[in-house]
Amino acid sequence: MRSGDVLRFSVGALQGNRVRTMLMLLAMSIGVAAVVLLTAVGEGARLFVVNEFASLGTNLLIVLPGRSETAGIGPSSFMGETPRDLTIRDAMALARHFAVRRIAPINIGEVHVSWRQREREVPVIGSTSELLAIRHWKMAQGRFLPPGDPELAAPLCVIGSKVRKELFGPHPALGEMMSIGDRRCRVIGVMSSEGRSIGLDVEELVILPVASAQMLFNTNTLFRILVEAKSREAIPRVKTHILSTIRKRHQGEEDVTVITQDAVLATFDRIFRALTLTVAGVAGISLGVAGILTMNVMLITVSQRTAEIGLLKALGAHRRQILVLILTEAGVLSLVGALLGLAIGETGSWVIGRIYPALPVGAPWWAVVAALGVAIATGLTFSVLPARRAACLDPVQALSHR
Amino acid sequence: MIRLEHVHRIFQVGEQKVHALNDLMLHIGRGEYLSIMGPSGSGKSTLLNILGILDRSTSGRYLLDGTDVTSLTDDQQASTRREKIGFVFQFFHLVPRLTAEQNIELPLVLAGMPPAERKARTGRLLQAVGLETRAHHRPEELSGGQRQRVAIARATIMEPAVLLADEPTGNLDSVSGNEVIDILEHLNQKGVILIVVTHDPEIGGRAHRQIHLVDGRITSDTSGQEKP
Repeated sequence: MRSGDVLRFSVGALQGNRVRTMLMLLAMSIGVAAVVLLTAVGEGARLFVVNEFASLGTNLLIVLPGRSETAGIGPSSFMGETPRDLTIRDAMALARHFAVRRIAPINIGEVHVSWRQREREVPVIGSTSELLAIRHWKMAQGRFLPPGDPELAAPLCVIGSKVRKELFGPHPALGEMMSIGDRRCRVIGVMSSEGRSIGLDVEELVILPVASAQMLFNTNTLFRILVEAKSREAIPRVKTHILSTIRKRHQGEEDVTVITQDAVLATFDRIFRALTLTVAGVAGISLGVAGILTMNVMLITVSQRTAEIGLLKALGAHRRQILVLILTEAGVLSLVGALLGLAIGETGSWVIGRIYPALPVGAPWWAVVAALGVAIATGLTFSVLPARRAACLDPVQALSHR
Repeated sequence: MIRLEHVHRIFQVGEQKVHALNDLMLHIGRGEYLSIMGPSGSGKSTLLNILGILDRSTSGRYLLDGTDVTSLTDDQQASTRREKIGFVFQFFHLVPRLTAEQNIELPLVLAGMPPAERKARTGRLLQAVGLETRAHHRPEELSGGQRQRVAIARATIMEPAVLLADEPTGNLDSVSGNEVIDILEHLNQKGVILIVVTHDPEIGGRAHRQIHLVDGRITSDTSGQEKP
């Protein structure tokens, strides 16, 4: 038999029984759509987290007070070891290394701010001029904190665009004095609204010089220090530099934790990849179910078309030809079903992307390829049994029912 | 052309063995026209199925055109069936979703003939059975007689040496039944062996040679030859 004829015959058989074909397509497409959609969402979540971390800055090391990396409640937590606080001077000491490009001490708190009669409770960050470059933030108006001695508590502030809108409304904010806690600061800049980092939305921030923030919060410690290395390769060297400097300054105690962004990223990447794979596995089960459905429907097909298959045998069709015909039918069904499912899945993930724009939804190519491949493979595999049954039909019996 | 030697066909029905064909000897020459008659259960259909290689005999030899069919593999039997034997069934057995033309060309499709060649052949046959205007109609749109004529066209498209008809008029009124028999006899005149299984003595009587089967044995054969 010519392959064109095989295809035409099989497609004809499929068109001949619309309901059956539709059911099969439905089963197959739901399976594939599930794989595509679930992996798209999983991958979206992973990318979301990865992007969040990337927006922190590049080649970044984060210095936290205390040694707590993986300890949890361990022996050390009962030995009364009190970590020394990080100070602005610690931060300035860390800057003195050729592989360190920028450094930004950070202090953070929630403070009452007001301008005229409008009041808001906003997160306040105390830092230095280099924070802007480290975080890749952009200014909308005015300038960021000026460079200079970080221990000087200048009465200046930079505000986020949402803060500006809500406090100042139509009034120009630049140059105005606003109250931040019990202090008054002059607004020298407004942040551009783009740029987010975990938990903190730049739009809602008020940024002060770090010394001003310390006075505001009545403390002389830092929440953390961001250190930007000159290159990716320099990160380990900077890390040793940080640890040795801190040890020298803290009476020999290495009581800080240094997190490299890469390590955090890699961890999250691993977690989410595992999640995506799990989700893909769940979806794979639905593909398996679709495969078994395919088998059932093909078995029904074979028994429904007993007479036709018997006739083909009477007309001189070889076993192999019957086998090929039934398998082609299943193959066409699976392929069309899989493509349909792909379309449904892609549409679905597009819709989800529309609803949650922050989530970069999109099925990774391997998931798409795997879903299509597995769908067609299961469709074919599960049709071997019905096809063989058809090929082995006894023509006399098959033709005896009308 | 066709030679059956000591053919037995035994079915196992539950505990019992049913001897559907019992030591059958039959010789059919080229261009013969014979009818097989007998009461139901006499083995008519079994004989036809064995002649058509749809069924295998339990023992005995079946020589078709000099080759021992019983020794062939399944696929070889299928090929022999395709090339040498045409079937006409009581219930037509047309594929409902295919048009008359597509039904007729099925054996050619199975044989892998290119479409252009098929088209020419089916065209000739449609004309021969008087259905050239019905080529693109599906079986449900055709009358019983027309359906049987499509089935005959399909049976003869491979130009087989043997045409087996199982109650070809069983589902037809007498007018279209006669038309169908006329077409079959016309084919026989061109040299095809025509074997008709029937209940109907009138149809059976038209054959040049009549065989009566009872309990798997030939009880009468008008040709008088090859009688056991």
